[in-house]
Amino acid sequence: MATVHLSSGLTQFTGGVTVIEIDATRVSDALDMLAARYPALRDQLDEIAVAVDGEIYQQPGYQELTSASEVHLVPRIAGG
Amino acid sequence: MSDRTFTYVGTRPVRHDGMDKVTGRANYGADFSLPGMLHGVVVRSPHAHARIVSIDTHEAEAVPGVLAVVTARDIPETRAKLMLGEGALDLRDISENLLARTKVLYHGHTVAAVAATTLDAAREGAARVKVTYEVLEPVMTIEQALAANAPILHSDMITKGQHGAKAPSNVAARMELKRGDVGNGFTQADVVVEREFRTPTVHQGYIEPHACVARWGEDGRAFVWCSTQGPFAVRDQCAAVLGMDAAQVKVIPSEIGGGFGGKIVVYLEPLAVALSRKARRPVKMVMGREEVFRATGPTSGTRIRMKLGATRDGTFVAADASLYYEAGAYRGSPAGAGMMCLVAPYRIPNFVIEAFDVVVNKPKVAAYRAPGSPTASFAIESVIDELARELRLDPIDLRLKNAVVEGDAAPFGPAYGPIGLKALLEAARRHPHWKTPLAANQGRGVACGFWFNAGMNSSATVTLNMDGSAAVVTGNPDIGGTRAAQALMVSEELGIPVERIRPGVGDTDSSGYTDVTGGSRVCYATGMAVIGAAQDVREQLRARAAKIWNVDVASVTWEKGHAVPPKGAEKAEPLSVNDLAAKMTHTGGPIVGRASLYAPMAGPGFGAHICDLEVDPETGRSRVVRYTAFQDVGKAVHPSFVEGQIQGGAAQGIGWALNEEYVFDKNGVMENAGFLDYRMPVASDLPMIETVLIEVANPLHPYGVRGVGEVPIVPPLAAVANAMRDATGIRFTELPLSPPRVLAALNHEPTPVRTSDELSAVKADS
Repeated sequence: MATVHLSSGLTQFTGGVTVIEIDATRVSDALDMLAARYPALRDQLDEIAVAVDGEIYQQPGYQELTSASEVHLVPRIAGG
Repeated sequence: MSDRTFTYVGTRPVRHDGMDKVTGRANYGADFSLPGMLHGVVVRSPHAHARIVSIDTHEAEAVPGVLAVVTARDIPETRAKLMLGEGALDLRDISENLLARTKVLYHGHTVAAVAATTLDAAREGAARVKVTYEVLEPVMTIEQALAANAPILHSDMITKGQHGAKAPSNVAARMELKRGDVGNGFTQADVVVEREFRTPTVHQGYIEPHACVARWGEDGRAFVWCSTQGPFAVRDQCAAVLGMDAAQVKVIPSEIGGGFGGKIVVYLEPLAVALSRKARRPVKMVMGREEVFRATGPTSGTRIRMKLGATRDGTFVAADASLYYEAGAYRGSPAGAGMMCLVAPYRIPNFVIEAFDVVVNKPKVAAYRAPGSPTASFAIESVIDELARELRLDPIDLRLKNAVVEGDAAPFGPAYGPIGLKALLEAARRHPHWKTPLAANQGRGVACGFWFNAGMNSSATVTLNMDGSAAVVTGNPDIGGTRAAQALMVSEELGIPVERIRPGVGDTDSSGYTDVTGGSRVCYATGMAVIGAAQDVREQLRARAAKIWNVDVASVTWEKGHAVPPKGAEKAEPLSVNDLAAKMTHTGGPIVGRASLYAPMAGPGFGAHICDLEVDPETGRSRVVRYTAFQDVGKAVHPSFVEGQIQGGAAQGIGWALNEEYVFDKNGVMENAGFLDYRMPVASDLPMIETVLIEVANPLHPYGVRGVGEVPIVPPLAAVANAMRDATGIRFTELPLSPPRVLAALNHEPTPVRTSDELSAVKADS
């Protein structure tokens, strides 16, 4: 089970839950499962970046997850 | 330090594009022309906030020489999103920023574009476009935007990230980061410092204004020649805005005279294509400096409340901050990035940081070098300076005591990999600059800064020539010496001397998809693609050598630029690149290596700057007399250009600290839209900026490279303000530290009122 950490700004959409265990092998699946579990969160997920074990992906996709993966949902960042 | 020993990487050859640039031969955006070309100009809003009642173009179209006029009616309405490397862009906002449809949202907002056979005719046509406006009250400050009865810029904008928000608001988004128990954390603090900071709207200030030529063909295909940080970004934005396939648009980038994030957005290119489509002639559009100021760039004005608590020994125990960033006319300020960068250099067990993205009637902000981080750093690094004074601790020691190290969690969650913050702070503490006595009226300040450094999509090809020289092509316009760095990487992999490598910038037909030159990503991400393409060539060379020797390719090794045969192979001597290149026609044909990749963001950068400032107590004018920048650069591929990036970033940050600001009148009209009145530092304003490179290898890059271009603009705002505090005894919480503001403070007079404040006062009285 990958561990998904939500920033505190997102926990208002999960009833205060900050850490969620997700049985997913890809980031995209994990986000789908999160949205299914917390429907209010769905609209917030279209503008986030995802950090998987410290590597940040601006466009979350099919990055692989393992049972030891630590996933953080973070605001998307633009560079200059 | 990386354990690898390099032959070419780390040397300082003359850049391949250098001679053309210093002799004036290089071609920039405005240098390109085509036969039969028209000149395009735009019609801009005279109001900061107004509803468009009607646009009448008949009189303009009747001007002799005018061949096309376009308005928002000429481009399709859309609510779609456009996926570019840095994420989803709202096409409606891009489209309406290009050509206002129902409302103008800042002074200078484009409402129409005109193309004519001469520039004078185009200007005459533009003057005859009749736009009827219903003028609305402008919203020019964060306070005005947040007021209960504030005019709403976008009737459908509901605050994102605010559970239960239903009413339209000028707050586009609210974000929050939290760790630990903040209330309890502050109870452990022996000293707490809290201040509120303000920074004005400032511009990227690239020297080359936006410029392009577009040609629409009878086959429905478009060519665009332009100055841009990202030809693919221009292609995809043009295609999406105009409802075309990306394959129908070809973008050819010119040399670029600076961008700093401001040449990722399109302002002219889709207009030029639309005008060319209508006129059936090529159209050239070139902005003047005034237009650049009024209608492109800038970065956010901000208001930041920062509270930090520490124990007597200097351990940070709690932080609490609120960040408000102006987005300009459309949502999308870097408030979120500012929130994530704010406490990134420090271990703080308890914090809560909230950030707000606020729309106002100013140009829509564009990325600007480490977007969001410099102003956040200004706030926290100023507060740390005050804490150091209250605790009577050396400000570098205080930062060292709290500096993050590998394994510490970043404030946004993940743990840092190898990072060099402590190493560079220790280097700063040892540096002679830190110990050199100051003269009268001088002060010294230090500050740190953080930036993520991007990765994203990159492609590269390396083509071997028959004489053993080679060409490397990527889709990244060269702003900071990236061609030279890419050539060095090819040299390192293949052993070809760097002078025999021709590094080039491809157009959107001749290079693989590559994201923008921005986010400090080129040497890291595109560099990995270049290395991959060169390694692809190397593998092909091994295969060609195996064919010549009639041995298994697996038995052929590669050493110092030569294919080496297996022991015992008959009549087989090591073959150089030259040997193998000369035989390529006989061994299988051309040798072209290629690589494409998506690189994650994973090589964060830290820097620390020391600034010595001298203040004239009679005039309030200040002068930077010494400046040293320390930065963890991972691995400097071409150290001169790494140093150049650091010096340039520091210079821009010093300008932000000391002089730069947009000044608006009560109607929201910028009053200083030119370099005479918008004061940027020039070479004669600054001392030689000394750089100290710390190399803590980024494990995700084969050479250890991490981005370097953005970090150096982060520390200067606070480094300068802290030096000013040291010189004058006054803590300035609002930028810029221009002579009138400093002189007023020295004379214990009220701070000169900014126009925006005057505007608030007028409203309060009425």
